[in-house]
Amino acid sequence: MPMISRQFAFVLMLLVSFAAKAADYVAIPAGQFESALAIAGHAAHLRLAAFSMRSEPVTNAEFLAFVKQHAEWRRGQVPSLLAGSSYLSQWQGPLEPGASILPDQPVTQVSWFAARAYCDSEQARLPNWYEWEYVSAADATRADARRDPARNQELLSAIQGASGNLPGVIGTGPANVYGVRDLNRLLWEWTGDYAAMFPNADARVPGSVANLALCGGSALAFADKNQYALMMRVAALTALRPADTASRVGFRCVRDPKGK
Amino acid sequence: MMMLRRLTALLALVLFSLGVAASPPPPSGVATDSVYAIPALTLRDQQGQVFDFASLRGEPRLVGMFYGSCQMACPLEIEYLKHLQHAVAAKSGKSIPVLLVTFDPSRDDVAMLRKVAGEHQVQPPAFRLARAERGDEGMLAGVLDIAYRQLPGGGFSHNVRVSLLDAQGRIVAATDASGVPDPAFVQAVDKALKNR
Repeated sequence: MPMISRQFAFVLMLLVSFAAKAADYVAIPAGQFESALAIAGHAAHLRLAAFSMRSEPVTNAEFLAFVKQHAEWRRGQVPSLLAGSSYLSQWQGPLEPGASILPDQPVTQVSWFAARAYCDSEQARLPNWYEWEYVSAADATRADARRDPARNQELLSAIQGASGNLPGVIGTGPANVYGVRDLNRLLWEWTGDYAAMFPNADARVPGSVANLALCGGSALAFADKNQYALMMRVAALTALRPADTASRVGFRCVRDPKGK
Repeated sequence: MMMLRRLTALLALVLFSLGVAASPPPPSGVATDSVYAIPALTLRDQQGQVFDFASLRGEPRLVGMFYGSCQMACPLEIEYLKHLQHAVAAKSGKSIPVLLVTFDPSRDDVAMLRKVAGEHQVQPPAFRLARAERGDEGMLAGVLDIAYRQLPGGGFSHNVRVSLLDAQGRIVAATDASGVPDPAFVQAVDKALKNR
């Protein structure tokens, strides 16, 4: 009997630890939204369907668990077409992040392909840009805080002050009205459709003048010219190819409602 | 013990629902710069035939993407590729197979693929239109430098790009599939067919 109860306790412990490890997805209600990105020169009025979103970006600890499970996504084993040479380069070894890497820092230096595969592994997907933008428009008290100049200036300062370094740990700022954290200040995040952000301007086609497309194209494609932090984010993302990685680009995942 | 077995079963169920079960890794023996190295992708073509994308390895091929309700760019893409196939056949007497995968699989079922194929009079194995049955067609788009984004009206903002793959699946040339086939691209296809 004591034997069984010890095993029982062990199984219970496992259950609890897996429950604690499972990513926290919060419900995002359907709603109307005006994107700062223009379509054919006009503001895009959207109706977004309900979905759920990870309350935090994927962390080093979570991504380590993923590559332990999926050897094909380990540094050194992933095909070069799916992740460039700087993939997870801040980690000491393919399975050892090392002492300078914190478990609850968002994982960065991950390619768009790897981010996609990670989300797939938890029956989720990368958000599309509109979904990401819709949730990021909120702050702790308002669903749409984008008309607040002080907030916009603060976001811009946070991004400019942090450039180049690895992002800090998650969870230090307040959650927004949906319960989602760390969307605007900590890092840039891959979206599923990041490469097709500008209608009629494909910055990624080899031979095209990518920088011109970014400077001219992105400014023209913004309906709301006050969203500088958002413009910087879009410019940063669209400069990347999907196998590229960057020290400040990570990701989070979203899920569609069940049955969809 | 009964209790323990039940708990073990419960644990297995929890692990399963958390998605701990591994998704299939890409097939072994594929070069790391080959587009066939993307995670497993199962496709169904306009005749309903199911096949693994990686099983196409072994001969040169043209691969691109499209969507069925596309009014302009995609019909032009298909017609361009038909002309290209004719130009290659006229030059070398050989045929280059085409695969176009839809990036709108929720609307492009087999009936839609068949309708588009019928409008353009294209048939497998020379010209396959296909949709993902299992796996992530977005991974294919990424390796082929194809970008798309669904717009509020239901259409897509996207680029057109068709890649010439060698037998191993390495991209050796690409075209935006507009206008008339560029002689340099026809030449590249001819060369790939000779090198197979």
